[in-house]
Amino acid sequence: MAVTARPALDAQKLRADFPIFEQKIHGKPLAYLDSAASSQKPAQVLDALRDFYETSYANVHRGVYQLSERATEAYEGARETARAFVNAPAAREVIFTRSATESINLVAYAWGLDNLGPGDVVLVTELEHHSNFVPWQYIAKRTGADFRLLPIDDHGELQLEALDEHDGVKVVATNLVSNSLGTVNPVTKLAAWAHERGAIMVVDAAQGAPHHRVDVQELGCDFLAFSSHKLCGPSGVGALWGRAELLERMAPFNLGGHMIRSVKAEETTWGELPYKFEAGTMPIAEAVGFGAAMDYVSAVGVEAIADYESELAAYALERLAEVGGVITYGPPPERRAGIVSFNVEGIHPHDVAQVLDSEGVAIRAGHHCCQPLMKRLGVAATNRASFYLYTVPEEIDRLAEGLHKARKILG
Amino acid sequence: MEDLYREVILDHYKNPRGHGVIEGADAQAEGLNPLCGDEVSIYVQFADDGETIDEVKFSGRGCAISQASTSMLMEMVQGRTATEIAELPKEDLLEEVGIPLTPIRLKCALLGLGVLKVALHRAKGTPLPEEWAGLDELDLK
Repeated sequence: MAVTARPALDAQKLRADFPIFEQKIHGKPLAYLDSAASSQKPAQVLDALRDFYETSYANVHRGVYQLSERATEAYEGARETARAFVNAPAAREVIFTRSATESINLVAYAWGLDNLGPGDVVLVTELEHHSNFVPWQYIAKRTGADFRLLPIDDHGELQLEALDEHDGVKVVATNLVSNSLGTVNPVTKLAAWAHERGAIMVVDAAQGAPHHRVDVQELGCDFLAFSSHKLCGPSGVGALWGRAELLERMAPFNLGGHMIRSVKAEETTWGELPYKFEAGTMPIAEAVGFGAAMDYVSAVGVEAIADYESELAAYALERLAEVGGVITYGPPPERRAGIVSFNVEGIHPHDVAQVLDSEGVAIRAGHHCCQPLMKRLGVAATNRASFYLYTVPEEIDRLAEGLHKARKILG
Repeated sequence: MEDLYREVILDHYKNPRGHGVIEGADAQAEGLNPLCGDEVSIYVQFADDGETIDEVKFSGRGCAISQASTSMLMEMVQGRTATEIAELPKEDLLEEVGIPLTPIRLKCALLGLGVLKVALHRAKGTPLPEEWAGLDELDLK
């Protein structure tokens, strides 16, 4: 078999697509190292949004006039793009939502309320973002099910051997990539384990999809949530992929216009997939922009992005180790996405982030919506630097220099 | 930047005044800033008149701004009455802190004052303005 080298990613060149980098912050070029919170947007996506509003905007699925047909075509085109992006079998299994969080809430409510009860176990990992933790904890409580955590080891990797301690598991929920530590989780193994026990596998790919190739058929999961804003697209739109046979059996989540088949005073019947789950006017232009963003990311190549970010993570770990007094969290670079969480001994993350901001370096400081994980790490908060396809090594150098300065001022 | 971490802030941060715990304090409260996980506990001992703050200490962990502003607060309130402190406008402390603060950092700077007001409210029934009421409802442990 011939080995084909993947085309390398030229971040310096891609950077020119992002107008936000044209400005200065505190008189210095912007080093944006917070892409795990939200990514910046390329001109291609901004142009697609503007073009759609200027030439094709109308409400979708309703009008018989040409403009509405054009808008519907663009909106449904984005759905097809999303299908291909995660290699889903059918576009009707892809539901647009407001965010990855809403996608998970949809599953927790619409599947959970009717399928969970006393004696059942909902198993989520200690690595979860609150978005894949709180909805399950809440629905478990509502239905009388048991809510349990799958622990991590000291490197922030899941302890799969702890799986067999649990009986009666009905839901396994994990992120594909931890937003806090960058851990890439073994979803395929978890899904196989879940299915052997008749449980469903729910994957939060908000952090995974922008940076790693996602193939729902290969992962073997039942539901997968992802969002646009971390993937070079506009905020306000996300997607849920679910197996058609599960989605068909589920009750609706939001109720109202467009999700119905017929409405009478006595009874209302639900529309077909995916419309059953898309009540009201959806974020139409945002979905179109999301489609353009997936096209952009696919053209760069998700695998090239994953390789490049892994190199950046390795470089960042190396540079941070040279600073002295820096504690890093998470797995080795080969099993980590482009995310590095760390603390500087004796300096609160807010102060670190503030000093870095004065250098034009934007990082995250806080609990990253992962309070149970912070507790496990024994810290109140961490600093987090996260990378994307437009990150260049010079920005990591500036991060390291900024940390030296923080230590000088506050150490 | 150099403004934010000016010398007086760094001095209070590195050498906090009134840092510690008063066992069996007359008034006590603890507060949390959920944004950054900062925690501050404040302990008050009153003089014989039961009204004047005789001794005040704080413990906890947090960023330089929250630690320094709470340290400054300890110096400000020493010898004043519970009623005076209940009425102390937050601007007085911010003036003392004397640095420009973004809305997020404002919460850090005012955490100690909020906790002190809650402690006095609990011990002496002094009024608690609405903006601090959330801290009183906080159940930490």
